[in-house]
Amino acid sequence: MPELLIRGARLMDPFNRLDGVMDVTVSRGRITAVEKDLEADGRAVLEAKGMVLAPGFLELHAHLREPGREDAETLQSGLEAALCGGYTAVCCMPNTEPPLDNATVVEAVAARARDLGLADLFPVGCISKGREGHELAEMALMHMSEAKVCAFSDDGSGVQDAGLMRRAMEYASAFGGIIISHAEDVALARGGQVNEGRVSTAMGLRGLPALAEEVMVARDLLLAEETGCRLHFAHLSTARSVRMLSEAKKKGVPVTAEATPHHLLMSEKDIDGYDTVFKMNPPLRTPADVQALRKAVGDGTIDAIASDHAPHTIEDKEREFDYAPFGVVGMESAFPMLFSELVLPGALDLMRLIELLTSGPSRVLDVAAADYGAGIMVGARADLVLLDMEDTWTLDARGFASKGRNCPFHGRKVKGRIRCTLKNGKIVYRAPEVGSG
Amino acid sequence: MADKKHLLDVDDLEREDIERVLETARSFSEVLRRPIKKVPSLRGKTVVNLFYEPSTRTRMSFEVAAKRLSADVMNFTTSASSVEKGESLKDTALTLEAMGVDAVVIRHPVAGAPWLLRQWLEAAILNAGDGMHAHPTQALLDLFTLRDRMGEVEGRTIAYIGDILHSRVARSGIKACKAMGMEVIVVAPPTLLPPVALEGVETGYDLDAVIPRCDALYMLRIQKERQGEGRFPSLEEYTRLYQLNARRLGKAKPGVVVMHPGPMNRGVEIAAEVADAPTAAITAQVAAGVAVRMAVLFMLLGGAEGGERVA
Repeated sequence: MPELLIRGARLMDPFNRLDGVMDVTVSRGRITAVEKDLEADGRAVLEAKGMVLAPGFLELHAHLREPGREDAETLQSGLEAALCGGYTAVCCMPNTEPPLDNATVVEAVAARARDLGLADLFPVGCISKGREGHELAEMALMHMSEAKVCAFSDDGSGVQDAGLMRRAMEYASAFGGIIISHAEDVALARGGQVNEGRVSTAMGLRGLPALAEEVMVARDLLLAEETGCRLHFAHLSTARSVRMLSEAKKKGVPVTAEATPHHLLMSEKDIDGYDTVFKMNPPLRTPADVQALRKAVGDGTIDAIASDHAPHTIEDKEREFDYAPFGVVGMESAFPMLFSELVLPGALDLMRLIELLTSGPSRVLDVAAADYGAGIMVGARADLVLLDMEDTWTLDARGFASKGRNCPFHGRKVKGRIRCTLKNGKIVYRAPEVGSG
Repeated sequence: MADKKHLLDVDDLEREDIERVLETARSFSEVLRRPIKKVPSLRGKTVVNLFYEPSTRTRMSFEVAAKRLSADVMNFTTSASSVEKGESLKDTALTLEAMGVDAVVIRHPVAGAPWLLRQWLEAAILNAGDGMHAHPTQALLDLFTLRDRMGEVEGRTIAYIGDILHSRVARSGIKACKAMGMEVIVVAPPTLLPPVALEGVETGYDLDAVIPRCDALYMLRIQKERQGEGRFPSLEEYTRLYQLNARRLGKAKPGVVVMHPGPMNRGVEIAAEVADAPTAAITAQVAAGVAVRMAVLFMLLGGAEGGERVA
């Protein structure tokens, strides 16, 4: 096993409240020293002066399409995309075909990911059988399986039946399961394509009202308060959702939430023509919603940034707006976009951004048991990401490891880049223009 | 207009462009009154009517317009549901491109479809109605009709009454009326209005209160499915509140112009006695449709000279 010295990087580790220039040595997949001025002693050297070394990111929300839509993404292409984006662990959503609604399927997916040996995979299980919203899926069996499923969601659709959602929360609280809410009231959202309001009116498209999210956020907060179940909100997108979340947290409701890069960086005003690359659910909202989300990720109301990586084939997306599926790819653009558009202009500090990609999502999931979340310390697994803060480059979706090309940031000039990703101490991704080492 | 390649919505047009379309249409309406109603302006050009939604009036109107200009016309009519399973819009577009057509007139149930075509085709694209979004030739023919009836339209007031939310006729019509300096009022139950008020447009719920102020009343077709969506309780209640009938018309200004894009639901949004009264400009709208579509096709395909070569 090759040994490695990562020399001269600024270590930024929210898990251990670490921020300073130090060298790191890695051996047999683990971190063996974190000190100033370490000697190479025959180790391979990764020169990292001027760069930031952080724990590998944790993606809370990705659609990896396997099984069922391997033409859009596979576990392999999706987990490779994760490594390119600096993620060393990924939660995959259960809206596959068949859905991840029982122990056999989640174990098969988890085993496939282990065989691939790329990023770690934490499958999210369904709340309901077949993701149909009628009967509870076998959550406890998925939890006890080899896949160790700890969070459950019917993502892609919300649980409409309040009775079922209540029982899911009551049931999951028995084994510490986390219920993830895709907050969307179908009766309010039906047929919607873009945010309801000025833009839907001008474009002549049916609207997805903010209310469709907000009534479900309100409902699920009440259910979590009542049942005591750990609740997590996927992709919150509106100012009023954030306000309700903040009030609930102050009351002590056991709730966390994520926001996506696209909802933080774009509003409905950025929809360009009828380009379906801007079609996602929840839709891009108003600039006021974007401001509220930015404030919430800054002040901790929102716990994590998750990309809601949703690859689709070109032929599925290159269609009339109503016929195209919702979703954007996000893992390979998340860091450079967030760094360029939030950190560099001073809207978010870099340590907070790293938290939102590492310790934030780890607190949401409580995956310490899965060996994620020790950070940069001696003995911890060497799952690391080296961030080049100077590299100015252009995002090109055609070069993504993901099979998805549906990236709304394609063609953007960005600053900041994943220079290297290390998994189990091995350099598993290196950006094209190699720096040194 | 001469510098324009496509007609996708009325916001592509400045007021001067609209004026030129109306002038050109005026010359063509004279042609249409001759015993021989055909001119050779577009001989050798090919126009395709690409209709993904059932439409008799608009398709026939475009077809007649193109034929009066001596263009070759092909009709491609299909239901959106079969296309959804079959050939993609892109492949259809590329097929038309390969055939070397000069103009594609598209009607599609999904907003934005003409904008997609524009990306894939060199031909001129004419939007004949996309989803709830836009219907620019309807807006132009409505203006032509208003001009014909009332002379100068600037400063006059028009009310659009009915299902504004789902109406591409209203969306484009309102833009065109505003561009010409008209005052616009929309009247409907709140459930049939857009989620945010249209800019510079007055909103009202009470038809009786609005009627006396208007120079034109534009009745929109009410689709029976909207009742199923729960947007109003019954056609009976809708009719009581929003039908233009003889009693209501009696409160209007003398010379008020009554319009409807067709097809009408007689006895629902408009009473038969109103539809057939001389105040109604509904058949005049149909006649204007041919002249305006001739003008648009001519201006997009016929070159920069405008009206001179018309007759």
